[in-house]
Amino acid sequence: MAGRSVVGMDGLSERWSVDQVWGLAPDASSRTAAGKLAAAGPWVESGAAGGAVWGLCRGSGSRPYQAVVDLRGPAYKCSCPSRKFPCKHALGLLLRWAQGEVADAPAEAAVPQWAAEWLAGRREKAEQKAAARPAAERAPDPAAAAEAERRAEQRRQRIAAGAAELEQRLTDLLRDGLAAAPRGAVWEETAARMVDAQAPGLAARVRELGALPASGPGWPARLLAECSLTHLLDQGFLRLDELPEPLAATVRSRVGLTVDAAGLLRGSTLRDEWLVLAQEDADDGKLVTRRIWLHGAGTERMALLLAYGAAGRAPEQSLPTGLVLDAELAYYPGAYPLRAALGTVHAGPRTPAGEGGRQRTVPPGAGIAEAAAAYGAALAADPWLEGIPVVLTDVVPVPEEGDEGWQLAERTGGRALPLHPAAGRGAGVWQLLAVSGGGPVTVFGEFGHAGFRPLTTFSAGTTVPLTGTAAGAGAGAPIAAPKGGGAWR
Amino acid sequence: MTAGTQDLAGSPAGGWGELVAAAVVGAGRRGVDEGALLDAAAAATVRRRAGLVPGPARRLPEPAAHDPRPRLPAAARRRLAALLADRSGAGGGGRRGPTPDLAELIPEWLRHAVECGYQAPPELLPPLLDAARARIDLRPHALALAGPRGLWLAERAPQWAPLLRDGAAGPALPDPRDAAAVRALWEEGPRAGGPGTSQVRSALFAEVRRADPAGAVELLASTWPAEKAEDRLAFVELLRTGLSLADEPFLEGALGDRSRGVRTAAAELLAGLPGSALAGRMAARVRSLVVLDRSEEPPVIAVEAPYECDAAMERDGLVATPPAGMGERSWWFGQLVAAAPLAVWQEVFDGRTAEEVVALPVADGWRPDLLAAWSRAAARQHDSAWARALLGTAPTSPPGEPPAFTAGGPGASRPPAPSGPGRTAGGGENVPGRDPARLLTALPEAERAAWVAEFISAHGLSEAFRLLGACAVPWPEELGRAVVDALEIARDGGSYPWSFSGVMGLAERCLDPSYAVRLEPLAATHEEAEESSPGAAGYWSEAFQRLVATLRIRAAMRDELTTPAALRP
Repeated sequence: MAGRSVVGMDGLSERWSVDQVWGLAPDASSRTAAGKLAAAGPWVESGAAGGAVWGLCRGSGSRPYQAVVDLRGPAYKCSCPSRKFPCKHALGLLLRWAQGEVADAPAEAAVPQWAAEWLAGRREKAEQKAAARPAAERAPDPAAAAEAERRAEQRRQRIAAGAAELEQRLTDLLRDGLAAAPRGAVWEETAARMVDAQAPGLAARVRELGALPASGPGWPARLLAECSLTHLLDQGFLRLDELPEPLAATVRSRVGLTVDAAGLLRGSTLRDEWLVLAQEDADDGKLVTRRIWLHGAGTERMALLLAYGAAGRAPEQSLPTGLVLDAELAYYPGAYPLRAALGTVHAGPRTPAGEGGRQRTVPPGAGIAEAAAAYGAALAADPWLEGIPVVLTDVVPVPEEGDEGWQLAERTGGRALPLHPAAGRGAGVWQLLAVSGGGPVTVFGEFGHAGFRPLTTFSAGTTVPLTGTAAGAGAGAPIAAPKGGGAWR
Repeated sequence: MTAGTQDLAGSPAGGWGELVAAAVVGAGRRGVDEGALLDAAAAATVRRRAGLVPGPARRLPEPAAHDPRPRLPAAARRRLAALLADRSGAGGGGRRGPTPDLAELIPEWLRHAVECGYQAPPELLPPLLDAARARIDLRPHALALAGPRGLWLAERAPQWAPLLRDGAAGPALPDPRDAAAVRALWEEGPRAGGPGTSQVRSALFAEVRRADPAGAVELLASTWPAEKAEDRLAFVELLRTGLSLADEPFLEGALGDRSRGVRTAAAELLAGLPGSALAGRMAARVRSLVVLDRSEEPPVIAVEAPYECDAAMERDGLVATPPAGMGERSWWFGQLVAAAPLAVWQEVFDGRTAEEVVALPVADGWRPDLLAAWSRAAARQHDSAWARALLGTAPTSPPGEPPAFTAGGPGASRPPAPSGPGRTAGGGENVPGRDPARLLTALPEAERAAWVAEFISAHGLSEAFRLLGACAVPWPEELGRAVVDALEIARDGGSYPWSFSGVMGLAERCLDPSYAVRLEPLAATHEEAEESSPGAAGYWSEAFQRLVATLRIRAAMRDELTTPAALRP
C-alpha cells in the first residue's frame, strides 16, 4: 500500500497538544482523573521514543501501573484494572508528554522491557495484517468464494422472508387502524422475528415503531410516517434487482447487511486533510455507538465514521473535535454516501496549522434555507435519511418559550429552524446560547426533519463541542414529539 | 422538488391529514387498499420532509452586555473545566485515596480568577452556574466571574433563576444611593410577597447599610411594625455591619420587640457597643456583683451572683431560664458579665491590665464562670488585649466538653502562669464556654497564627481543627511548619491518618503551595514501626501523597492564572 511506510514517522513523532490529548478521554471523569495524575501523579521511568510513550505510575497498590501508548493508532496498554479506554494512567501520561514533562529517550534501546514487548507485538500484528491483504487479493480461492456466495444468497432469502412478514404486519396494522395499534410486547416480538431473519436494520425500525403509539400529541401521524418508510424499505428490498445499484446499496445497508470495511479499503480511497467536526457517543444500554463527523478540506466532502464499544465502554477509536488528520477514507456504497471507513492515516491527528498553513478550523457554512434545500435534495437520493451534517453560519439561538421550542434564527431575525426536541433537553443548547451571547454563531450539527441537532460551535478561534446534547439524542433515539414544531412552515 | 410544496399531488383525497385520518380509523373501514395507503403515505412523508422550509423566527434575544475583561489563558480554561467536571463526579464515601479532591479547590480557583480580572469562558458558563446554584459558598465569586454574560444566560434559563433571586447577582438591585428606587423596591417587598422577596430585600438592605448606615436604619424604621418576625430578626442581624452608637436609639427600641429572637439580637449588638446605655446598665450591674477583696494578699476577686433576674434585666437581653443542669444564679451572672463592657474591670480592679486581672485568684470557685464570660465578652467586643490575656491560659482539655457549671465548682483556683499557650500545659483548668477559636478572632491575623502554631507545637493536632479554621489562608510559615511537624509526629506515633483527616483536609487547602517540595520525603512509604497499627505507614504515605499532589495542583492553578499576557497561548 502506498504510503504505509510513512505512517507516523513525520506526523506522529511531533508532540501532541494538550487539547488533542484531552479529546481522547472517553468521558469527563477520566478526563478529570487524568488531569490529576498528570499534575501530581507520582510518575517514574517515563520516556518517549519511536512513536511510543511509556511510564510507571504509582497507585494505591504496592506495584506501580505500567502505562504505554503507541502513538500510531493511537493504542494504549496499562496494567491497571480499568475497563476504560484509554485509562486515566495512559491519558495522564500523554498529558505529561504533551506538556513536555516526558523527555525523549535517546534511542529505541531505552524502551523498558515491559513496554517494548507490547509494542513489538502490536507492530508485528500490524505488519502481518498488511502482508495478509495482498495475499488475499492475489489468491482468491474459488471454492471459498462459491461457499460465501451460497451463504450470502441464503441470507438474502431469509431477509426477504422477514421483509415480507413485516409487510404483512404493517398491512394488518393499517387495515385495523392506527387507533388500535398495539403497544409493547407485540412490537418486541416482531423485532425478534426480524433478528431471526438476520435483518437487524428492520428490527431496529420495528422497535422504534413500537415506541410511537401514544407517544404524545400527533403520534398517529408520526407512526404513519415511520410505517410508510418501513414499508418503502421492505418493498425496496423485495425488489432489489429492479433498483439502480447505489440505491440498492442504500437499501441493503439500511436493512442491516454490512459491508466489510477491509474490503472497502482495498478499493479506491479518498485522501484529504480531514477536520474532525464532532464526536458523539450514544449508549443504548447494550452498545455504545460513537459517531465521528469529518470534513475534507480539499474535497469539501462530509464523512461519518462509526465505532462501537460494549455497553458502558467507550469505543477504541477516538478523534478529538477540532483536529485534522491527513488520511484515506473509503465511503460505503449508497445513493447518498456519507458513512466511511478510515484507512491509512498519513499524519495526525494534530492541531490545524495557523495562518501560514492556511488550514481552516471552520469549514464553509450555509444559511438555513440552503441547508433545508440540501436536506431535500439528499432525501431524493436516500428517502430514509433522518438528517444530514451541515455547518450553519450566522444563526442566533432563540431559547424555548412556553410551548415553543428552541430555534436557530437568521441573524436578521427573518426565518428560523426548530432545534431537535432531544437537543432542547440537553445541556448543550445552554452552552450554545452562552457562546452566542445573543449574537450570531457558526454551528455544526445534524439537520433533519425533526429539527437541527447542534453538535459543535465555533467561536473566537476555539472549537466548542456541545457535550450536553449527547444524552439520549443519538441516532437510535426514538422519534420524539416535536415541541410546538412551530418553526417549520 | 420545490421548497414549500405541501399539497399532495397524487393523493386525490387531498393532503397528509386525509391519509392520517384514513390510517387511524383503518383502511378496511374506508375501503382503501392498505398497500396503496402505505405507498401514498411514504410518498407524502418524503415529500413533506424534503419540502420543509424555515418558518418565521421569534424575537431574537437581546445581546448580552459586552464584557471587557480578558479571556482566560488556555491552561486555566482547561483547569476550570476539569474542576467543574469533578464537582459532580467523585465525592461520596470511600477512603480518601492518594489523589486530590478537586471540588475542594474550586473556591480558591474562583477567588484567584476574579482577583486576576478574567471573564469566564462562555462555553463553561452552564457548569459554572450549576456549581453556583449547588454551593452557596461558591456563589459570589462564581457569579462575579460569570459576569454580564452569565447573568444574561441565567435570566433565560429557569434552572438558574434562583441565582437571580438571591440578590447576589447584583444588577437586579438599584444603586443604594438612589433613595427613590431603593424605597420603591423596599416597600414593594412586603406587598408583593412570593418566594425570594425576603432575600431580595435582605440583599438590598445589606447594600444600603454598607453605603449609608444611618439611611438603612431610617429605611428599616419606616416599615418596622409591618415586618414579619423572621425578617425583623434578619434585618437586625444585618445592622452588625457598620454598627455604631448612632444605631442605639433604634436598637433600644427593638429591646421591647414582641419576638424574643429580635430582643436577644438587639441586646447582643448593644452589648458589643461599649458606649451604649445597655452597656452602661450592664456595667452598673456587674460592679455590684464583683469586687476586689483587698484584705487578702494577693487580693482575691469576690463574686456575689444575682438573686433574681428582673424585668429590666430581661429587657436587656438576659434569658431567665437556665439550660438544664445549670444553677440560675451562675447562669444570670455569666450573661451579665458577658454583656458588660470590658473597660469596667479596669475600674473595678484598681487599674489592673487584662492580663493582671485574669491572673487574680477568685474566691468560691467562680473562676471558670468569670473566665468563660470574659471570653464571650472579648470575642463580642473584639478586644485583643483581653483575648490575648485569656488565650494565654490555654486549656489543656478539649474545648467542647460538657458544661461543668455549678454554683460551687472547684475550690479556690491557683493563679495560672501568664502568657503563652504552651506554657500551661500542666495547669489543668477546665473552662467550658471559653472557646479559643472564637477568642482568636479578636486577635490580629499574624498573632492568631502564631498562637495556634505554638498551641499545636505544645499539644499536637487533636484539638487543632477549629483553631486552624480561625486562621487566615494561606498559613504563614511558622504555622505551616507546626502543622507539618505535628502530622509527622502523629504518623510516627503509629495511629491511622484518618484520625487527622480534618486537619489534613485543611492543610491541603491552606498550606502555602511552596511547601510541596519539603513534604515530598514524607510521601514516600516508610518502614512500619513495630508498635504502629497495621498498614498505617502505607496509609500515611498515601495521605501525604495526596497533600503533596493537592499543593502541586494549587501551585499549577496559580501559575496558569498569573502567566503574563505576553506569554499566553
